Amino acid sequence: MSVTDKVSRESTTADPTGAAPPQPGRPRRRRVLHRLRRSPLAMTGLVVLCIAVLAALLAPVLAPYDPNEAHFDAVFQPPGSPGYLLGTDDLGRDILSRVLFGARASLLVGVLSTALAMVVAVPLGLIAGYFSKLDAVVSRLTDLVLAFPFLILAVGLAAIRGASLTNAALAIGIAQIPGIIRVTRSETLRLKSLDYVAAAVAEGASDLWVVGRHILPNSVSVLIVQATVAIPAAILGEAVLSFLGLGIQPPSPSLGTMLSEAQQSINRAPWTAVIPGLAIIVLTLAFNLVGDGLRDALDPRGSRR
Amino acid sequence: MRRYLLRRSGQSALTLLLSSMVVFAGIRALPGDPARALAGEQNDPAQVAAVRARYGLDDPIWVQYWHFLTNSLHGDLGTSVRTGIPVSDMLKSALPVTAELSVLALLIATVIGILTGIVAATRRGHPAEWAANGFALLGLSVPNFWLGLMAILWLSVALGVLPASGYVPFREDPGANLQHMILPAIVLGTQLAAVIMRQTRSSMLDALETDYVRTARAKGLRERNVVWVHGLRNSLIVVVTIVGLQLGALISGAVVTERIFALPGFGKLTIDAVFQRDYPVIQAVVLVTATAYIVINLLVDLLYSLIDPRIRVAGEAT
Repeated sequence: MSVTDKVSRESTTADPTGAAPPQPGRPRRRRVLHRLRRSPLAMTGLVVLCIAVLAALLAPVLAPYDPNEAHFDAVFQPPGSPGYLLGTDDLGRDILSRVLFGARASLLVGVLSTALAMVVAVPLGLIAGYFSKLDAVVSRLTDLVLAFPFLILAVGLAAIRGASLTNAALAIGIAQIPGIIRVTRSETLRLKSLDYVAAAVAEGASDLWVVGRHILPNSVSVLIVQATVAIPAAILGEAVLSFLGLGIQPPSPSLGTMLSEAQQSINRAPWTAVIPGLAIIVLTLAFNLVGDGLRDALDPRGSRR
Repeated sequence: MRRYLLRRSGQSALTLLLSSMVVFAGIRALPGDPARALAGEQNDPAQVAAVRARYGLDDPIWVQYWHFLTNSLHGDLGTSVRTGIPVSDMLKSALPVTAELSVLALLIATVIGILTGIVAATRRGHPAEWAANGFALLGLSVPNFWLGLMAILWLSVALGVLPASGYVPFREDPGANLQHMILPAIVLGTQLAAVIMRQTRSSMLDALETDYVRTARAKGLRERNVVWVHGLRNSLIVVVTIVGLQLGALISGAVVTERIFALPGFGKLTIDAVFQRDYPVIQAVVLVTATAYIVINLLVDLLYSLIDPRIRVAGEAT
């Protein structure tokens, strides 16, 4: 469920080398982790991410109030007011509680939509890269999805199916498919040309075996990096959709709807707009830092960048 | 070259056709019977049948699609259910606003992105590199609509420097028009600037390690010359591609930015249409955006092959 969990688990069980497996993977993996640990930015990101994910998961326990509970005797309390650490909004709802539950929704949409995109896009990318005859078909499909910019796609979906968290995740997931197809495809093309794959084919291994045993496990590191790019993008996407009223519906707390509601009171109570925005930035920044660190650590060209 | 051009254009035409089918199918997937909705609340069977015949709704589905396609190609995108105005007229008044906003944002993003990218690539270890990298990281993580809200809060409301919202047509008053557009354009361009900065930086780093740059340095060219002429020129190719790839993000961003700054563009049209369930407008918006996106990407690809001859050679080989 939790994102960090997923990343660390996959990078320890699967071989994250991206290079030929005949070379023992363990030292390489240790080197990657070592490089990652040496990057202060990436470690900061990882720590922040862990805290954020924990806080979001434990929102029902940590939140001092029900996120939708209105306190009409305490509207527009500034941050630091007694009983309301981050202040209250126009209905006197506790902003801290709403941010915690909102971050939970953001992470849920981020992970859901990225998982959806991966499930569809990784097989297609493998097919396009491995079977050159099917490459053109998959490419046209990618072009087709790309022709609909993310927000236009979401608008269309909202018009047909109504606005909801599920449809927002669906729209974001669909919009992410082309990018993941491309990354998987180019990684497959690269791996396919390596000697050990040719050796496996020469030994009579079936296509399914080569793809499942050699190409997919070796693409995992690239896909993890791709996920660390896709999840924060999805979190931003959810915020945008909810802000426009096309995603999570009020009164359900979402960082996007909080910002949209704050628009009316921005002059009177700037914190109602500042705090949810900062929460979005912390979430996406943490993912981006971890993603950058992972990419650098996995880069065979080493510490050049 | 001609073969590449034909092949690439053919692909785009196919994608266009497919996307028009998707749009058509999407509208047909709507719940409810359009004939019944148009016939009014009485649902008189005779009236429903008449409406059905009048709008060709009892034709086979492929005939309906053919009508939809030919009408669209003739610029007839239907009529707004809410206002009764032809959708093409609504688009004509909204498009210039969005186009101006996008072009301004693109300009700002390209200039800032390339400059900071060069700084980050050439001043390794210098505080300027940190600043440029930090800017890019923030640009990627800060939602642009939040940036818009903060910009309104500080610049317009607190300082009173720029107008917070509204629109003045360029033809009426170019100065006031720019005053209204500059803040939205900066807000919209920030994310793109960050993406361009990262690409410029990484391709500059690659370019600066090539043999021709070493040669240029060895023969005593000034560093400024090496960076701007030898390094940058070869990095620009990547930037052109990125702009093509980011176009979708730019269009999506424009919708949100217009919403915040109350600009009467494409975005406002789109969002209003969704909330008013104005399906002909939604259909037209989706179709026009997809078309614009496909056509511009085709142009970017062709431009790309003009800058880099290797592309079209490779394109011909396959």
